Amino acid sequence: MRMKATILASAVIAATALTGNAPPAAAQESIYVPLFTYRTGPFSGSGIYIAEGMHDYLEMLNQRDGGIGGVKIAIEECETGYDTKKGLECYEAVKDKKPVVINPWSTGITLPLIPRASVDKVPVLSMAYGLSASAIGDTFPWIFNPPATYWDGASMILSYIGAKEGGLDKLKGKTLGFIYLDAGFGKEPIPLFEQMAKDYGFTLKLYPVPATEMQNQSSQWLNVRRDKPDFMMMYGWGALQPTAVKEAAKINYPMDKFISIWWASEDDAGAAGDASKGFKSLNWHATGASFPAIADIKKYVTDKNLTQTDKSHLGRVLYNRGVYNSMLIAEGIRNAQKLTGKKVINGEDMRRGLETLNVDEARLKEIGLGGFTGPVKLSCADHNGHFATFMQEWDGTKWAKIPGDIKPMADKVNPLLTAAAKDYTDKNGNWPKRTEACDKAS
Amino acid sequence: MDLLYKILIDPFVQMGAAPDLLVQTLWEGLVSGVLYSLIALGFVLIFKASGVFNFAQGIMVVFAALTLVGLHEIGVPAFIALGLTIVVMFGLAYLVERLMLRPLVNQPDIILFMATFGLTYFLIGFGELVFGGNPKKMITSQLYLPSGAYDIKMFGGFVSLQKIDIAAAVIVSLMVISLALFFQKTRIGRALRAVADSHKAALSVGISLEQIWVVVWFAAGIVALVTGIMWGARSEVSFSLQIIALKALPVLILGGFTSIPGAIIGGLIIGIGEKIGEFYWGPLLGSGIESWLAYVIALIFLLFRPQGLFGEKIIERI
Repeated sequence: MRMKATILASAVIAATALTGNAPPAAAQESIYVPLFTYRTGPFSGSGIYIAEGMHDYLEMLNQRDGGIGGVKIAIEECETGYDTKKGLECYEAVKDKKPVVINPWSTGITLPLIPRASVDKVPVLSMAYGLSASAIGDTFPWIFNPPATYWDGASMILSYIGAKEGGLDKLKGKTLGFIYLDAGFGKEPIPLFEQMAKDYGFTLKLYPVPATEMQNQSSQWLNVRRDKPDFMMMYGWGALQPTAVKEAAKINYPMDKFISIWWASEDDAGAAGDASKGFKSLNWHATGASFPAIADIKKYVTDKNLTQTDKSHLGRVLYNRGVYNSMLIAEGIRNAQKLTGKKVINGEDMRRGLETLNVDEARLKEIGLGGFTGPVKLSCADHNGHFATFMQEWDGTKWAKIPGDIKPMADKVNPLLTAAAKDYTDKNGNWPKRTEACDKAS
Repeated sequence: MDLLYKILIDPFVQMGAAPDLLVQTLWEGLVSGVLYSLIALGFVLIFKASGVFNFAQGIMVVFAALTLVGLHEIGVPAFIALGLTIVVMFGLAYLVERLMLRPLVNQPDIILFMATFGLTYFLIGFGELVFGGNPKKMITSQLYLPSGAYDIKMFGGFVSLQKIDIAAAVIVSLMVISLALFFQKTRIGRALRAVADSHKAALSVGISLEQIWVVVWFAAGIVALVTGIMWGARSEVSFSLQIIALKALPVLILGGFTSIPGAIIGGLIIGIGEKIGEFYWGPLLGSGIESWLAYVIALIFLLFRPQGLFGEKIIERI
């Protein structure tokens, strides 16, 4: 019996050593980047593309360049199912492995991580989601949400509608409907919409959709039919979006007046078939796979089956969104390495790297993403950038870019952001004053 | 005063002012109700035969629909895929009886209930492994299910009746009639009712519990498949469909866990009640009330009929 136990114990030790389950030396030679993803559950329809894009870009850097600055990226996915509780479990699971950045991929998960980030010294990258006010770097030095906040997005949708109507003053007397996931994410732009409704004299109608009713929206769209809003705006995710598009078509709502924030995928837009034509969504990067970086993903990752990605997903809008997210991570790491002179950086270094991020046109071209998106430059005070987006329209088979940049209404959004940041710190008691120094590039 | 007007008068003024919208709301409620009934029916069948609340009914809806669409995706013609899906659901029923229910005979109901939790998580994992997490489009046209709508002009407005909703109502009605006939008129149906009354008494007259359980789980599987097709056609086939199964709870509370007519009537009351409530009274409460309104309706009924509309009144000697 004892002999058996000894053999078993030896085998376990040998297996552990061989598979490298506890290799502290190896860990020091890599940069650990956990990715909170959801390939399962009610929101997987959106989450899978994002997960694939994020993973594949980083894996491509590992395969093609041997990582970043000669250091491999240790990529680890943690499945959250878009569930805040599971997201926090993921955070606890990865926290001690010295992650350089956390990507929550859920506003609900981001919100409880905001106060923890400064304590655990791990920056949180909530790319174009999360708390809009966290764009203010002086108050939230550990949170980054480029390239635009949800409030920017709301103001850009209103700006677009205003332009269609012949000026924002023409919104007076109009009715704008807002259908949204009844959760932190969907509710985020409501304060801005309410303020804008007062400023421009339009009536705002709210149509919340609880997560349990995402595929059962007939009530909300009956209300839309009664209220006859001149435009419909949507902050949706997962199954909410294709159902909303189908329901809009069902009540013959004019699809060209139905505008989504930047999360609508091709599957969502095309849900109603031909009747979907004209549906619109904000975006800030290209769709399609005709970029050298994405060609390299195909060559080094998908063709070698180093990923779970379905090859047909390359170039889809949310796949490319995942690529964009990882581009920010990679450039942040590269910048941190340059700034600190270290190859293996930590969370604090990454925070500095993100705070001085400057990905200009030349750099985008250099990394194989020329023409993919606009430049990104962050600073100590501004962790978002509030960059312009554009509108894209569903033509029945693909997204077609509508020419012209749409800038956020800074004069309206910024004072509200400042007030919201102050409100946040007031409500959170002893919110720490920023002690982190600003780097010169900032 | 203004609030009282908004609660007690205004909704009825709206109903009179736009009767087409009232008819549309009633129709939407009816269709939702029919579909809720269908989900509840799956629960009732299993509860009647084994006294188990089958937590896995929601995921069975997803699993059946994904099997159908998944088979079609790999090139199987739609109706053959439908037939194969029915075979798969039979296989599932057989395996559930063989591997889950049989070893747990004579265990307390709560053990069986927990086992259905296990089955749920197994089917989620297995389904994702086989079909992936990507949402899929229901093969509506391939199954010759209609699309489009009839727009009927009435009361100065119009009422839009989706053809798929009409088809759902017809198919569900036929299904309920067939199930009722099956359980009332056939030998297996009578055996099922005997099992529902008393396992021991049924066993003593030679009824095979194993056979009955397979039949009932298979019937629940068929109900799940039809539910998956109908809900999938309205939205998409994805794992989020399993959340819809939660809608069956207030229906069951209202209709009783053991009554097929209860599931039907309960579903209709909940469906119509929540749509009317959401449409006319929802805006007063910030909208989005239907997720809890269904439970309020069910609880109000419970105050007067604790056993549900058609549930059995249980009298126990203490």
